[in-house]
Amino acid sequence: MENPLIITSSPHLHCGMTTRGVMLDVLIALSPAAAASILLFGWRSAAVVLVCVASCIAAEYLSRIILKRPQTVGDLSAVVTGVLLAFNLPASVPLWQAAIGGVVAIVVAKQMFGGLGQNFVNPALVGRIVLMASFPEDMNRWVTPLQGASGVDTTTSATPLEVVIQGGEMNYSLQELFVGIRPGSLGETCVLALILGGLYLVIRRVISPTIPLVYIGTVFVMTWLLGQNPFIHILSGGLMLGAIFMATDYTTTPINKTGKIVFAVGCGLLTVLIRVFGSLPEGVSFAIVIMNILVPLIERATRPLPFGEKRRLRNER
Amino acid sequence: MDITNIKEWVSLRTKGGVHAPHRKHTADCETVVMPPPERIILAMSQHIGVPCKPVVKVGDYVEVGQVVADSDQPVSAPIHSGVSGKVAAMTELLLPGGLKTAALMIESDGEQRIHESVKPPVVENYDDFIKAVRASGLVGLGGAGFPAHIKLQPRNFDAVDTVIVNAAECEPYITSDYRECMENSWDIVSGVQTLMEFLDTARVIIAVEKNKPAAISELSRIAAEVTRAGHEVIVKPLPARYPQGAEKVLIQACTGRRVPPGKLPSDVGCIVMNVASVAFLSRYLKTGMPLVDKRVTVDGSAISRPKNVRVIIGTPIHEVISFCGGTKFKTRKLLMGGPMMGLALMNDELPVLKQNNAILALSEEDIQLTEPSTCIRCGRCVSACPMNLVPPSIAAAYQNKDTNAMEKLGVMTCMECGCCTYSCPAHRQIVQTMRMGKGDVRKAAAAKAEATSTAKAENQPAKQAVTAGK
Repeated sequence: MENPLIITSSPHLHCGMTTRGVMLDVLIALSPAAAASILLFGWRSAAVVLVCVASCIAAEYLSRIILKRPQTVGDLSAVVTGVLLAFNLPASVPLWQAAIGGVVAIVVAKQMFGGLGQNFVNPALVGRIVLMASFPEDMNRWVTPLQGASGVDTTTSATPLEVVIQGGEMNYSLQELFVGIRPGSLGETCVLALILGGLYLVIRRVISPTIPLVYIGTVFVMTWLLGQNPFIHILSGGLMLGAIFMATDYTTTPINKTGKIVFAVGCGLLTVLIRVFGSLPEGVSFAIVIMNILVPLIERATRPLPFGEKRRLRNER
Repeated sequence: MDITNIKEWVSLRTKGGVHAPHRKHTADCETVVMPPPERIILAMSQHIGVPCKPVVKVGDYVEVGQVVADSDQPVSAPIHSGVSGKVAAMTELLLPGGLKTAALMIESDGEQRIHESVKPPVVENYDDFIKAVRASGLVGLGGAGFPAHIKLQPRNFDAVDTVIVNAAECEPYITSDYRECMENSWDIVSGVQTLMEFLDTARVIIAVEKNKPAAISELSRIAAEVTRAGHEVIVKPLPARYPQGAEKVLIQACTGRRVPPGKLPSDVGCIVMNVASVAFLSRYLKTGMPLVDKRVTVDGSAISRPKNVRVIIGTPIHEVISFCGGTKFKTRKLLMGGPMMGLALMNDELPVLKQNNAILALSEEDIQLTEPSTCIRCGRCVSACPMNLVPPSIAAAYQNKDTNAMEKLGVMTCMECGCCTYSCPAHRQIVQTMRMGKGDVRKAAAAKAEATSTAKAENQPAKQAVTAGK
């Protein structure tokens, strides 16, 4: 038949959203923090971001070829992973180490498990954790913010979080913490820019605000109960970056609402436990990765009941 | 707001759904009557239930309103001719769902002679009423096509306290029910009064989406006039959110009650009828003219002059489209029903069916054929599902051919509204997966039933031997 009619399953309308569009929205949301990192730590942070993105794209592209799978580099998810990994590194990190981080994130954490949608832990966090374990010295050397383009002066002095946890006197005001004038990973310090990005994602309905609000809320309440300054806790370390951009990663967090709340509370509790009682100064990465691993169990325990079914029925089965 | 108000608000708040574009271009198009076509094709299966068998032979002369096919099974509805003329042939039709059905072709003589049986039925009690409803050939005109006389005889008759008249019309494009409200509001209200009388229900809720303010004010005005002590007629504006008109969603939005999986609306004390069905019923009781024609919205980017058309059931779709000025662009997809739940047709030779409320001809600009990519677990389908399902889990169980898991996850509760597929950024055909999963679950259940019956038979060899001996 000439020009036959197209037969497809219903529905015949679509909202127009694509995976690529979602990733693009995340990149737009990350851009204020990226700009802030350049303002705070100089052009070195731009170089780290570019190297991470490039190594993630290359790793994704080559993995798909070697694995003989359809090419997926166009969905931009590797770019998001690259930017997030860079945000978790100090601006002074040697570029070759940043590149290794990108390869580990994409190859080990993502492609080995089947690629986008199949990985069970956040690739960027795996990259960061591997780098922290491999190059502890470089990973714990922080750039002093706001030196202009003059040079990169690094310091091994404690971050505000470390100072506070050890009960010391912090020499940064809360306002400085809010705009990011403190040593730290290059994308985590400017809370203002991260919140702007988060608002954009919520308005565009890319993420629901559940996880960030519950996660940050849990940390606030817990640290307050433990007699620490909760404001310093939520404004410093990687909490904002983690809560807004890492703990809301689709693939590695629960898909249903109750599950999201359980996940976020767990992240908050683990973060505080590691920060206050652990030997590590910061616990966001580990808290999220541990909760990532628990996602299948959380989802099983919090599965919503089909319409009209009574709770009782589940136990009877 | 006190506690009971909050509780009520929570119970009426439905979950999920999507803001699909309304595209009600034909809302202000007054219904035009299409002249009878040269021939009509009447499918023997135009309802849920047992298909009819022809009661006329090839060569017989039939008239408008004459029964041409019927069934002796309870869940079925007779089919009437919409033209006068000769029965030309018995053919076969392949319906869009993949079902093959017999069909009668009737050549019109253009006279439109009315059959002697067409006269107002004598209805004095409930039994007469049900008989009349059956004789009218009425099936759910909203799209499902469930025989109306079955719906009006619920098992738990006394427990039914609410009749919901469904005028939500949440599907994009379709305006045929809206036109019913605007043009025949008195028929609707008199139908409502009839239902109240024979079903003895105290409350009738006419549910309309808020994007039809004219219909809401028109119906409210008339409803106020007929409301009397002990008989309440409420016009309920609902949020314009697809799928507001889906039976289970509608019942919850109107009453706060939730129909459990596998149960019927009457199990929670409700009967839901489409607004066009209710209006038809009152007209039938007045005139005795059975269901031979209906209003259909003809729209879509390929149609030259979109319209609401009153067509004789059985009119081939291509003739309806020519009546609307033909197509201005090439039709790439032809739909029977709305864009969310309608079925794509293979050709335009198929006739208009009883439960058909729209014909949409979509041109190239409306065709999206994006290749599905991998699920990114974004959860949009989970939040969009009005039935509170987790589509990715069901899809995983479907891939593993685990029918038990699919059943546990509620695949049978899926009503294929399409909200999941509509909102999926990976363009996955989720509804199709659900449909196939439901098929697998049904097959597994049938196989299990057969296995148990065989096992039983094997366990009773003595009895079998005795039977065989006879």
